[in-house]
Parts: sequence; structure tokens; C-alpha cells
Amino acid sequence: MSEAPSRTGDILHMRGIGKEFPGVTALADVDLRVAPGEVRALMGENGAGKSTLMKILSGVYPHGSYTGDILMDGEVRAFSGVADSERAGIAIIHQELALVPQLSIAENIFLGNERTRLGVVDWGATVRAARGLLRRVGLDEDPTTPVSLLSVGRQQLVEIAKALSKEVRLLILDEPTSALNEAESDILLGLLRGLRAQGIACILISHKLGEVVRVADTITVLRDGRGIETMAAGAVDEDRIIRGMVGRALDQRYPQRTAEIGEVRFEVRDWTVDHPTQSGRRMADGVGLEVRRGEVVGLAGLMGAGRTEFAMSLFGGSYGRYVRGGLVKDGTPIRVRDVGEAIANGIAYVPEDRKELGLILGDDIRRNLTLAALRRVSSRTVIDKAAEAVAAAELSARMGVRSRDIYQAAGDLSGGNQQKVVLGKWLFAEPDLLILDEPTRGIDVGAKYEIYLVVRRLAAQGTSVLLISSELPELLGMCDRIYAMSQGRITGQMARGEAAQEPLMKLMTMAKA
Amino acid sequence: MTALREILRNNARQYGMVIALAVIVVLFQILTGGLLLRPLNITNLIMQNSYVLILAIGMMLVIVTGHIDLSVGSVVAFVGAVSAIMLTGWGLPMPVVVPLALVLGALIGAWQGFWVAYVRIPAFIVTLAGMLIFRGATMVVLDGESVGPLPQSLRAMANGFVPDIAAVGPHLLTLLLAVLGAAVLVRIQWRMRARDLRFDLPAASSRLTAAKSAATVLVVVVFGAILAVHNGVPIVGLLLIALIAGYSFVMSATTAGRHVYAVGGSEKAAMLSGVKTRRTTFWVFVNMGVLSALAGLVFTARLNAATPRAGTMFELDAIAAAFIGGASAAGGVGTVIGAVVGALVMGVMNNGMSLIGLGVDWQQGIKGLVLLAAVAFDIYNKNRVGARRRSAPVAEPDGGSGSGGGSGGRRDEVAVEEGSR
Repeated sequence: MSEAPSRTGDILHMRGIGKEFPGVTALADVDLRVAPGEVRALMGENGAGKSTLMKILSGVYPHGSYTGDILMDGEVRAFSGVADSERAGIAIIHQELALVPQLSIAENIFLGNERTRLGVVDWGATVRAARGLLRRVGLDEDPTTPVSLLSVGRQQLVEIAKALSKEVRLLILDEPTSALNEAESDILLGLLRGLRAQGIACILISHKLGEVVRVADTITVLRDGRGIETMAAGAVDEDRIIRGMVGRALDQRYPQRTAEIGEVRFEVRDWTVDHPTQSGRRMADGVGLEVRRGEVVGLAGLMGAGRTEFAMSLFGGSYGRYVRGGLVKDGTPIRVRDVGEAIANGIAYVPEDRKELGLILGDDIRRNLTLAALRRVSSRTVIDKAAEAVAAAELSARMGVRSRDIYQAAGDLSGGNQQKVVLGKWLFAEPDLLILDEPTRGIDVGAKYEIYLVVRRLAAQGTSVLLISSELPELLGMCDRIYAMSQGRITGQMARGEAAQEPLMKLMTMAKA
Repeated sequence: MTALREILRNNARQYGMVIALAVIVVLFQILTGGLLLRPLNITNLIMQNSYVLILAIGMMLVIVTGHIDLSVGSVVAFVGAVSAIMLTGWGLPMPVVVPLALVLGALIGAWQGFWVAYVRIPAFIVTLAGMLIFRGATMVVLDGESVGPLPQSLRAMANGFVPDIAAVGPHLLTLLLAVLGAAVLVRIQWRMRARDLRFDLPAASSRLTAAKSAATVLVVVVFGAILAVHNGVPIVGLLLIALIAGYSFVMSATTAGRHVYAVGGSEKAAMLSGVKTRRTTFWVFVNMGVLSALAGLVFTARLNAATPRAGTMFELDAIAAAFIGGASAAGGVGTVIGAVVGALVMGVMNNGMSLIGLGVDWQQGIKGLVLLAAVAFDIYNKNRVGARRRSAPVAEPDGGSGSGGGSGGRRDEVAVEEGSR
């Protein structure tokens, strides 16, 4: 989109926004204009740049760290922090709510913005004002109720009330309904329409096509950090939006597959897992799938679909509360009550969050590489350090880790090299089933290809691979078969020949029947 | 030479502490007019600090897992009290009492480890409670009074010397042990070098290794000779050598040790690598309990009595030793040798300051400053090394803020944009 003069009356005009991270262009020349009282949906795949754009708008990335201009009411603004954007009437509500659970609704609404008289909190005014705000968002609760007693949907409304207390003119909602049930979502979306009448504009980031079409006035699609198109919501259907989101050509970014696919190796049956603390919240709901010898199976799904939760619960119950379900290996049921058992049964899990979960950042490459299979370099629990060093050096070379030596701390490596170390660690454990959770997230193209090569080689050796990814091209390029997951359920599967982005996206956005 | 500089730079913390210890020794040797390194005083140093050294080893493990144990002083007193009563009141013989005392320590450790590892109550709180509980229990058991004197059999543990093989001037067995020890150490050094060479790993040059060996022989033999001039090697000295060697080996060369470091480095990553993180934490506390019991036996034996106030502030000495010796409060970092060096720094300062007649008031303050300085040096050094290493591969976006650890995260945010769940 090219530069255009600011329409008079626009509350917001982001003009030619660009943002670079080392080695990656996150945003390039994006334009976004929002009129007062407009509900604008911002859509795009994971990594398209939606959150980056909103972080720029809300001052998380301060003025000077991006190119282009932010105009409010036709005036160029330079936010140096979130406080600046809030003063200008912009409020952002994140997926992870920013409420203090122990404090009351009223205290949360006026947190950092307390109603005071002579420096002392004026509780009467606080509660009165809170009551008025709660009425505006249609929340029938006593303002002195602790937030922890409210459901997630109601907490979301408290967040909006908090934003309203700051005279908000532009409200940004990042995936507001991802944690809500149907009824709660309806209330929230209805509220957005109500705010429109009060002249409050709204930017809605969402993956749910249905609700976007229902509530938005206009839809802007981002892809690969560029603003692709802006459409009036009334004029388009869901297919049209999907095409806008995924419409990129696949090129030769994936190595040729050579693996012979064998018999069924692992089978998951009716796997059901609840949220660890919120009772009754299903994270994986009757998941069933199978992976054959030498097969690379994809698991597609949007944020919050429950892919990571499913995978981690499978890996020795590392997530949530097990409800029911079974795991069968080579026709025999196996038990995976803890990670040790999972590893002993030949399962390996490369986590999505490699810094937190995959590596011990302070330890060196060698110790990280051998941690999951120390027994291979030790006899009667005594580690043969020379054998360990040799094994680590060999693995490190095989994975193409670029480092000074194997004694360099894992925390000093770049993202791609860290991921190679995590992958190498699990290769060393010689798994039969390798679960890869977003293995190429945040990694540059070259390192991605090297990781794909490793996956291909493993499959050729007969390892079964379950690949979780938010990037559809990656799944299409790498997988023999792809399952789609939505709201904790498997909503369908597609084989290599028939799989394509648009039908997959449809399965991934399918609501619970 | 560059290799040597690299080694020194990367291990500045370890070498720094050894150098600091050497400087402190030389300083007090001069200030006390040569009293510090007199054979009698060296023997005293070992005996005076033996229980803190034992505690420091256990404390290092606790701190490496990312926890703390405030109860060790009270456990020392409690186990000492119970042992004294078993010996004098019940008349049980020493060979029965010692294992019973160690089992008691293990039970106390299991109690605290249960709350920390399985119920997940912060160790600070659990062991603060333990500190009060076992101090109270000590007073109950002793009825507020001291119990003593104790049989010679136990006292020998703290005050005794290894008997000599022949009665001639200096202590022959001690000299023999020193020579033997030096030989073993030298052999280990050369075997490690040979192993590195065999596997094509970077190895020190033969000249450097020879210099290291010569230094080792010099230090060990001279030390042995000094002891031999007096009464020979104290029994508790042998015990310490065995503990230091054993724990160093376990921590550096066994899967159990590796698991302890992994749990402290990142509990979640360790768990997802198949480490039984809770069990590991539990056993580290059991171990601390056993070593506290051992320290309790040694201390009670040395005092020749169990008293209600025994072991007060020992936990702080042990914690200080671990931190001076290079442990990180965040967990995952620290060595047994480091804790020993840290304890020796404290011990030599105590002893040296007492010898030159400095009051306890000044001693406390100076030790506090040394603790602060050691950790400040540690953090300064870490930031410096971190800045040098990190500046190369990952350039900070948009001018960057903050130091060290945060830099990696930024670049990921592009693709992770929707954030983690």
C-alpha cells in the first residue's frame, strides 16, 4: 500500500510503518487508517506482523525504533512508551490479562490511576466510578469483588472497563475471545458494537473468521509483514479472507523426501487433558492420531488450538491434568506417566519455548546435548567425560552448530544454533517418535533448511515425526500427512497430495460442532 | 600463552578465589608475624573449621539446586544433643551412636526435602521453620542444660590424630600420606591430559602440565610436612579430604551430580529432559541433613559437650562460604572445591583476625564486607564476560536496553509475535 494523504476525521493513521529486527524485516511499509467508531479486524497468519504493528502503536516499541509515522487526528505522534499512547487514548488488552487477581474490581480498574483526595484513596469515589464503568460494559458485579472470583470472560470486561476509565478512544484487543466460551464471546462482541455507538474505535486481532465477519466493519490482512489489502467486511466471505491470509507461493525451501513409510508405529487414542488449574477447561479433547514408521505427520492449528498442550501432556504428562486416553506403540499399549517413561518408550519432545524449556542456558553445549541420554556416555552412573566430549563434538558437527567449541554456554548461541542443540540433544536419545513443536520459529531461513534436512534424514532412518507448526507452508512442504486441530479437537486430516492451505485453514478455524 | 590467558579469563572466578585465599594467607602471615602458618596453628585451623567445611559442602549442593537451608545450625545442635544423650545417658557405644546420628540427620533432611520438593514450599520458609523447630527440640532434649563430658572415643573424632607407624621425630605416616596424595594428584593431571590428547580435545601443553604438577607436589608435601612437625594429620582432616574428594567426584563426574546442576540451571528444562527434578531436590536435602549430623557430631566432640546454643549462626557461615566460593543464588552454578575455598577464606580470616587481637565486633563487619565484595566481583565479572560474548553474534535491535540475559529474546519476538501461551 502506498502513502496516501490522511483522510480528514480519521482517528488513527499509521503511515508507511516499517520495523526491522536483526536479520528479519518484521514490517515493511504498512498503512492503517481507522475512523472514529470503526471496528477494524486485523488478520494474518502467526508471524505476519500483527502484534508487532500493535506494539508500535501502543508504544511498546518506542518512537525511533521503527520507520514511518503514527498520526492521531492528523497530527504526528511520537510515543516513547506505553504511558504516552495511553495518554493519547490508546488502550491495548492483551491475550494474557493484566489484572491483579487478589485486588477487587474497583481497585484493578483504577490501578495506577487511583481516585484520591489529598493523596489518600477516596474509596467512595472509586467504587462509584467503577460502578458506572461496569454498567457501560454491561457487567453486573459488585465493584468490591476480588477479580480472582470472576470467570475469564468477565475479567476481560473488567479490562475493558479499565480502558474506558482512561478515556480511551482506540481500543486494541489481541485475541480477546481465544479463552472464552461461545456465550462469553457473544457478550464481548456485542459490547464492541456498543462502544462503536459511543465513538470508540476498535482494532480486533483475531483468528476466528466467523466473529470477524460478524463484528468488524473493515478487515485488514497482513502477510509477511506487509499490508496486503483492506476490505469492507460486508463485501467478503471467509474464503476470500483466507486467500488473502495465505496467498503466497511455495518455492523450493524444503528438501526432497526420501523416506519409506512403514507400518503404524504410534497411535494416540481419545487423548483428553484438562487445564492444570481451571477445572473443566478442556485443552485436548478426545484427540486421536497415528504416526507411521518414517512418516512426518503435521499438526496444524492456530494459537490456542491446544497443540502444545496435547504434545506436552503426551510427553510424560508434562502439561495439565490427564483425563483419559491411551498411547499404543507397535500395537502394544504403553504407559507414559512421567518424562522418564516417555523417553524410555522412545518419545522425544522438542519444546516450542527452547530458552525456557529446551535448554539450560547457563550450561555449555556439551552438557545440554547429553542431558537427556546421559546413560549413553556413562557406566554405572559415572560419566565418561572423554566419551561425552567426543559424542557432543560429533553431534554438534552433525547438527551444524556454529559455536566456538562445545564448552560454550548455550545461552550465548543464536536462536537457530540453540534449536540445533535442542534437536541434537533429542537425536542423542535416539527416539522412535520425535515431536517437534514449532521447531523453526524465530529462526533464519538458512538454519531452517538445516533443521528440515535433519528431520528428513531421521525419517529416512525410520523415525516417526510429529511436526507441530503454525506455518502452513512448512507443514505442506515437510509432511506426509497433516492433522488439523481446533479448540482441542482434531477437526480433520489431509494427505500429502490433497492438502492445501485454504482447506486446512478452514479446518483450523472450525468451531466446536 | 593466549590459551593460558583464555583459561584464566574463563575461570576468573575460581582462580580469583584461590588467589584471594593466597593473598589473605600471606597478609595474615605477615600481620601475625609468622604465627598463622605455624604447625600448631595450621592444625587448629583445620579443627576449628572442620564443621563449617562439612556444612559448606552440603550447602553448596543445596544452593546449586536453587534453594537455601537456614536450619543447619539448629540441626547441628539437635543431632549433637541427641548423640550426647545416647552416649552419656543411655551409655550406647560410639560405633552405634554415629550411624544413628547420621540416620537422624537423614530423617530431618527428608522431612525438609519433602516440603520443599513435593509440596513446593519455598526452602527459605521450610528451613526457617526447621531452624526454629530443631533449636526448640534441642532445648527440650537437653532440658536447657549442657550435657558432657563425652567419652574419649567420640572426642577423638574432632581432636584426635592419626597414630604414627614409628616413633621418630616427625610424623612419618603423615609425610607418607602427603607424598602418596601428591603422587595421586599428579597422576590424575597427566591422565586427564593424555585422555584429552587421545580424543583430540584441546589439552594443556606438557610444560604447563608439568608446572601444575610441580606446584601441586610442592603445596601438598609442604603442607604434609608442616602437619608432620606437629602431631600429624588430624582424623577430622582425613575425613574432610575424603568428603571433598568424594563430593567433587559425584558432582563433576556422575549422572546424579549432573542432574543436580540441571535442576538448578532450569528446573523445567531438566524435567523435560527426563530428570526426576523432585526426587533430586529431595535427596539434596537428605544429603544436607546427613552432613549437618556429621558436623553436629564433630562439633559436639570438639566442645566435649552438647549445649543448647551450639551451632548458632553456622548456617550463615556455610551459606557465606558457598557464595564466596562462587555459587550463584540463581542456582545451577558452584563447585565443591569453591565452597571449600570459600570456607577457608572465612576460616583464615577468623583465625588471623583473632591472632592479631581484633575484636569479634570488627571481625563480623569485615567478614560481611568480604562476602559482599566476593559476590560483587562475581557479578561484575559475569556481566563483563557476558557483554563480550554476546555483543558478537546478536546485535541489539533499536539501540537496545538492559544487559546480558535479555538480549536473545528480542529477535524471537518477530516470529513469536503472538506470544507464548
